[in-house]
Amino acid sequence: MSSSREAVLRKVRTALGRAAGAGVPPVPPPLIKIPVMTMERRIEVFIAAFEKLNGQAHRATSPAEALSCVQRILAGRRAIVSNAPFLDECGIATLPGIESGLTDRAKLREACLYLDVGITSVDYALADTGSFVLFSSAEEARMISLLPPCHIAIVPRERILTGLDELLTLHPVPSDRSSSMVLITGPSRTADIEQILVRGVHGPGEVHVIVV
Amino acid sequence: MSFFPVEKLTAAVSNPKLQTAIYDSTARLMNKRKAVIGPDSIDDFEAYREQARLIKQHTIDNLDFYLEELERNVVKHGGKVIWARDADEAVAFVRALCREKGVKRVVKSKSMTTEEIELNHELERDHIDVVETDLGEYILQLANEKPYHIVAPALHKTRYDVADIFTEKLGVEREEVIEKQTMIARRVLREKFVTAELGITGANFMIAESGAISITENEGNARLSSSAPRIQIAIAGIEKVIPRAQDLATFLKVLGRSATGQPLTVYTSFLSGPRRPGEIDGPEEFYLLLLDNGRTKVLADEGKRQSLYCIRCGACLNHCPVYRKIGGHNYPWVYSGPIGAILSPQFHGVSTDPWLPYASSLCGACAEVCPVKIEIPKILLELRHEVTDAKRLAGDGRMEKLVFQLYSFVMTRPGLYSFLAGLAPRFFPGRRDGAWINKVPGVMAIPPVAGWLSQRDLPPPPEKSFRECWRERSGGRR
Repeated sequence: MSSSREAVLRKVRTALGRAAGAGVPPVPPPLIKIPVMTMERRIEVFIAAFEKLNGQAHRATSPAEALSCVQRILAGRRAIVSNAPFLDECGIATLPGIESGLTDRAKLREACLYLDVGITSVDYALADTGSFVLFSSAEEARMISLLPPCHIAIVPRERILTGLDELLTLHPVPSDRSSSMVLITGPSRTADIEQILVRGVHGPGEVHVIVV
Repeated sequence: MSFFPVEKLTAAVSNPKLQTAIYDSTARLMNKRKAVIGPDSIDDFEAYREQARLIKQHTIDNLDFYLEELERNVVKHGGKVIWARDADEAVAFVRALCREKGVKRVVKSKSMTTEEIELNHELERDHIDVVETDLGEYILQLANEKPYHIVAPALHKTRYDVADIFTEKLGVEREEVIEKQTMIARRVLREKFVTAELGITGANFMIAESGAISITENEGNARLSSSAPRIQIAIAGIEKVIPRAQDLATFLKVLGRSATGQPLTVYTSFLSGPRRPGEIDGPEEFYLLLLDNGRTKVLADEGKRQSLYCIRCGACLNHCPVYRKIGGHNYPWVYSGPIGAILSPQFHGVSTDPWLPYASSLCGACAEVCPVKIEIPKILLELRHEVTDAKRLAGDGRMEKLVFQLYSFVMTRPGLYSFLAGLAPRFFPGRRDGAWINKVPGVMAIPPVAGWLSQRDLPPPPEKSFRECWRERSGGRR
């Protein structure tokens, strides 16, 4: 429909009184504010925001401690773990009842559909909103944080940024890195019936974070 | 016929169950917004509104440039861009693609743009199973209704309505607990997600520099629709483009707060093209459909062009005293409330539903809460002007014109005004009760006057006019 393309662009230009290929005046600078925050403060702010969303926050001082924390949260439930190197470091894949190392799209989706828990790392976490940031990659699939009813994210503390503004300053063109960047801010929710909050509608209703 | 669709409006206003549903839900949404726009949630919310407006203004004023940049970058990431002049072209593309790819089932996430082009209906004609996956939209699809609200489409439905709909349409046992109703929808829709070949989403923003779309949601259904099926189509109006990803730092802050009172909605997806080599999942094909469908017509009017800044947060609906009484289905198009009252006449012509610009008390609440500061009351006034012009061109409104000519003749002549005002008490002596003028013989026989007086009253003329009192007190000075 190349003729539609030309028609729409021509109508736009006529409406605006612009010539084809005309330049633009400078775009107003973005409104970006990045507060100065110590690491400990970031962790505190992140956990407070995350808990306010009804997320469950845990802290671990070492990968080994993170592993036992995961075990406690799982309490016998079966899980799928992403291919993130940090999770390997923690030894999550060695736990019983864990699916790991999946790289085939169909198999991974199948596993996500019947398993209880999805375990991922994150690329970043955002302190002010309590969000996870995940880029889709060979290490992190889109489905693990989405299909199982429970999501556990293991976050190395140095990946906690102050907020969205800092993230978009580090990645001004997120699509250079991946076809998908998703910000996850608490459990899946809806208020479509009578504006009453219900968690876990399509995504996980139970979300944990372990800050290592 | 009456100027307003009186019967339909009266039906909504005199339905107590409906009134409670609208009133309670919009009140909750208002309170939620109010809780997150103060300094304890965001430093200087006003500055973000101003910035959001500036960026929209810049982008819309240079729209062709950013659309071309967007197209280049979508293509760079392996996506395809389709341009559609109108709803027919958009629907034709989707139908053809479904045929070509053998699509039998489509999952859709919430998109006002696809409501606008009535896509579902068209696809169903081809025997394609089209499923709305947002909980509210799903309920409405089962009930065969249009969205009642831009953000909360099933705002007018109670849990008991939902129980009726689910029992009848899904054949499940009657369930009145909202949590359990939600789980029924989750279970039914899961099956649809994993079997659909095509996912159709909208886009809250399109980012020119990144060649990406951004989708904002709480449920996870947009993530599923965009990632589970083999093919994704995103459908968006051409006005949705913004220059840079960093502008999202502004728009996401004002959108979530204005819409549902959230600093950030649960899921914000930033998607560009199909999955790339090495990525485990995501769609294999990605199409971005850019829709005009009347937008360039709005663009051509410099004063009202700002209507295209709208980011569909729904705040103007929640705060509108008229929307809160008449509800969403009384607006003729899918866009309801104050924003609907300014969009519909501009897309469909002022003569289609000439009452729309008058469905406002001009109280200004809409403009006060609009995150991109659209001057809705000003645009409503301009549209009223156009309605009057259209009536004149059609040869209507002669009586109205005559009355106003007479009025202005008298009002611009102080002597004449004073003389006539002085006569009033003599003609209507002793009228002290409220409803007096409609008892004056002959008055109610004049149709426009009778119509006007059916809803209004004039205060009785006083014994002495203001001017007389003034003269007496000031000792005869004028």
